[in-house]
Amino acid sequence: MSDRVFGGVCLLLSVLYIYFAMQIQVGFVSDPMGPKAFPVVVGTALGIASLYLLLKPDPEPLWPQLGRLAEIAFSIVVMVAYTYALPQFGFVVSTTVAAALLSWRLGATPLAAAIAGICIAVGIFVIFRMVLKLSLAIGPWGF
Amino acid sequence: MDIFSNLADGFAIALTWQNLALALIGCFLGTLIGALPGLGPTNGVAILIPLAFTLGLPATPALILLTSVYYGAMYGGRISSILLNIPGDEPALMTTLDGYPMTKKGQAGEALALSGIASFIGAFFATWGLVFLAPQLVKVALLFGPAEYFALFTLAFATLAGVAAQNQAKAVLAAALGLGIAMIGVDHQTGVPRLTFGEIHLYDGIHFLVAIVGLFAISEVFLFLEHHDGKSGAGKSVLSRITAPLSMLARTTGSMARGTAIGFVAGVLPGAGASLGSFVAYTVEKRLKDKDGTFGKGDPRGVAAPEAGNNAAAGGALVPMLALGVPGSGTTAVLLAMLMALNITPGPLLFTQRPDVVWGLIAALFIGNIMLLLLNVPMVGIFVRVLQVPTKYLMPAVAMISFVGIYGVSGSTFDLLVMIGFGVMGYLLRKMDVPLVPVILGILLGNEMEKNLRRALTISDGDVSILWGSPIAVTIWALAILGFVAPLVFGRVLRAQKARLARQEAIQPSSGD
Repeated sequence: MSDRVFGGVCLLLSVLYIYFAMQIQVGFVSDPMGPKAFPVVVGTALGIASLYLLLKPDPEPLWPQLGRLAEIAFSIVVMVAYTYALPQFGFVVSTTVAAALLSWRLGATPLAAAIAGICIAVGIFVIFRMVLKLSLAIGPWGF
Repeated sequence: MDIFSNLADGFAIALTWQNLALALIGCFLGTLIGALPGLGPTNGVAILIPLAFTLGLPATPALILLTSVYYGAMYGGRISSILLNIPGDEPALMTTLDGYPMTKKGQAGEALALSGIASFIGAFFATWGLVFLAPQLVKVALLFGPAEYFALFTLAFATLAGVAAQNQAKAVLAAALGLGIAMIGVDHQTGVPRLTFGEIHLYDGIHFLVAIVGLFAISEVFLFLEHHDGKSGAGKSVLSRITAPLSMLARTTGSMARGTAIGFVAGVLPGAGASLGSFVAYTVEKRLKDKDGTFGKGDPRGVAAPEAGNNAAAGGALVPMLALGVPGSGTTAVLLAMLMALNITPGPLLFTQRPDVVWGLIAALFIGNIMLLLLNVPMVGIFVRVLQVPTKYLMPAVAMISFVGIYGVSGSTFDLLVMIGFGVMGYLLRKMDVPLVPVILGILLGNEMEKNLRRALTISDGDVSILWGSPIAVTIWALAILGFVAPLVFGRVLRAQKARLARQEAIQPSSGD
């Protein structure tokens, strides 16, 4: 069933892809093939492969239980929030919080997770910023 | 001999303090990355590319750093296979079959030493293979025009789908997804934006690093969240001494030789890569030598053959990458992408225009291989200790370093969000058994592939028959069709066997090679 759903979604995607590829504006000067043809071919290949999956699906994969899916959803939220927090609060603070939350969800006790978060954030900051001079997000406090 | 004078020049380049230091750092990080379950060579190299960029390294040192990581990861994968029965990366899967039983028999030290030596043999001879084969391939490649290159890219996808995948339809789908993503952005030849939906951030296309780090590293975090059970990485493994008795080495010489030869050939084939090398090396060894049924119960030959095989394949995969500019595996695809980002086009011209890059790299591989032998046999204890860091602390660190890498390159929130998106996509694709390497190859090669096709059609003024207009092109097309169709017919048995073996193991998320 999963494969059929996946095949169906990809088939829809391929139809949309071909539709949008057809919309590409071609300028006055173009090579014989133009910018449209290759995307259309790729979309077609995608469509054929999805059709095959739709008709001949593999055995069902093992999906995680709802609880675990919620954990994954939570970690996605953490990562997205982290992305927005970076320019606001700087690297060290945002990373401490994000790493601690992830570590907590991976089974560490809250205290251990908090310590791990601080260690990871400070460790990366020291190695990448101070030793290797990589540009990291700088918050209002300069770190 | 021309080759030897080139090689001597290469050593002159590689033997500077800076390059030696980079090789050592690369070897160390590579072994570490390989040893840690969940971090394979592909994402290891991808995470480190931003570092090479921001350090402002020129092409040769950058390539030395990253190929050392690549070779190192091939060595490192075996450590957790042998000690924990968890492959450190996908090519090391076969090493678990006899490596872990050896550990249970109290022979962990012997297994680590033996596999380290087998890795050295495989990589050493494969690097010689690279020295001799690549220049020959270059001579052929100089005859290639755009039509031949287009056929060659198709060949890479076809063999990848045919040989390496469980389900060809899924591999085709993966390749199409990758190629489709590559099309996003401004068209290079006409300057028309394609599939950008007016989003300014998409005009430059989606950066391959964003896609790779998301697909491999971030999705790994999700897989761990799904599977975690709170237990620590390694138990207390007692390593008494890390040496292999001479009699054991003598008994496994033949296995190493066969493993090396098989692995190298598998590596040179576009799209096949190290996993196939170690798989075929093990299967052949078992079929030839398993007379008393000792394979799978801790036979040293079952450790030596796949380890020699996967390291030889790693060297072999560099041949098409350097000589043709068509990568043979996920990791070489990432290396290729880095070269292109440094404004160096791999392929036949690289050997004439930038011999310093090619031969400096090859010399560095020889040097790095010796460093790796030292790191992996006498000093393997360091890595064993690192393996004892529980994943609950390790995975957040990996995720954060991924963010740092991407932020370091682009500094844009948009790219980080796209990376998370790719992470979710990678997780779903892995759950559905859709291979990730074709997606990566598609993203990386899509524009080159299209460019060559359009150039060919410009030359012929739109006549499609130019695509099969030369004997070379016809040969490549024939190979491509063969590579895709033959496994459909003959490969059922092989793949069923591989799937069964994979299922027997603790199913560990793999990460390409």
